[in-house]
Amino acid sequence: MASKQSLIDSILILADSSLILAQRLGEWCGHGPVLEQDMAMTNIALDYIGRSRLLYQYAAQLQGEGKSEDDLAFLRDVGEYKNLLLVEQENGHFGHTVIRQFFLEAFQFPFYDALQNSQDQTLKEIASKTIKETAYHLKWSTEWVIRLGDGTEESHQKIKTAITDLVPFTGELTQAVSCEKELIDQNIFPDYDEIKRKMDALINTAFKQAGLELPTQVYMHQGGKKGLHSELLGYILSDMQFLQRAYPGLEW
Amino acid sequence: MVIEQKNTKEYIFSLLEEVCDPEIPVLSILDLGIVRRVDLLENQLEIDITPTYTGCPAMSLIEATIKAHLEQMTQKTVIIKTVLSPAWTTDWISESGKIKLKEYGIAAPQNQARIQNILFQKEQVACPRCESLNTVLVAEFGSTACKSLYKCSDCLEPFDYFKCH
Ligand SMILES: [Zn+2]
Repeated sequence: MASKQSLIDSILILADSSLILAQRLGEWCGHGPVLEQDMAMTNIALDYIGRSRLLYQYAAQLQGEGKSEDDLAFLRDVGEYKNLLLVEQENGHFGHTVIRQFFLEAFQFPFYDALQNSQDQTLKEIASKTIKETAYHLKWSTEWVIRLGDGTEESHQKIKTAITDLVPFTGELTQAVSCEKELIDQNIFPDYDEIKRKMDALINTAFKQAGLELPTQVYMHQGGKKGLHSELLGYILSDMQFLQRAYPGLEW
Repeated sequence: MVIEQKNTKEYIFSLLEEVCDPEIPVLSILDLGIVRRVDLLENQLEIDITPTYTGCPAMSLIEATIKAHLEQMTQKTVIIKTVLSPAWTTDWISESGKIKLKEYGIAAPQNQARIQNILFQKEQVACPRCESLNTVLVAEFGSTACKSLYKCSDCLEPFDYFKCH
């Protein structure tokens, strides 16, 4: 059996990544390039909040310390957050947000698809709930990658910049840390090499259609999954956690 | 006599039929297909429901409404449990539910909710007002996460489509 702590830590990587991305996408609310895409991004954010709730509930239950999903979301500090570095990156322009989403979905689609066969019953159920939403997110972000890459000279240039800026944060996605390795060995998590092959295939197919190229020989940043973050996360948390920190236990 | 009738599952289901989806009030939660199990005990009523979308903001309201309505009508303690598996799909929306959706101006999900359909199929959605298939997708995500926005090129009306999920 994988140790309970490894299971909790690996679930927190998924939960924190979902919540932080939702918070980032939520920043677009009222600022989207057009109304329809403003709604798309906030609807996707809502899916991610729902997903993080299921994961936090499960992590809290495993911890067995009487904590709630809200305690995990609002009362942990920067160093305790295990989200991927990719999701804490700034929204930038629309092209940055699209590329950040696309890279993440290209990983998550094969990941959650495979997680439906997990040896862990709850993760299996969460994955089966999540996979269709992920399919819609993948579809949305893929279409925008193609539309911007194959669009005007300006849109092409902008999304190219976004790729250069964000590729360094994609290595971490399929680089298993020790808690994940334990789960992979127990068939609770899928094999990351296989996920990486599928992820690369999704990226290459979309980029080919978009007339874009994936840079090679890029230095990949690591550390998010172990709680080593850029200064960006501190700003996100101070905004997101403000109410619970200032008025502990406050309810809606 | 009355008491006896009230202690049947049929009666409980008739009460559940009166609880609506707050975002699409023409649909009852039975039409929506989210009631999984009803267990009628001596002083207690246990109901399993399943969430439609993980981030659906209506779920907690639905839960509270079921509890309030059933406790008032049956005088029993109502315990609601959320179950995730098997995952809810739009395939479970009842036939009468699909008709109600159309009359309400929302095109009902028309394909089986399979991943491959979501990713690769261009959906031919019929306009709920004039039946025309000459419609265009305006936005993948509409007024709520479960709907996308279409426009009819014949009658020119915009409409919501309840996506396959
Ligand atoms: Zn029409």
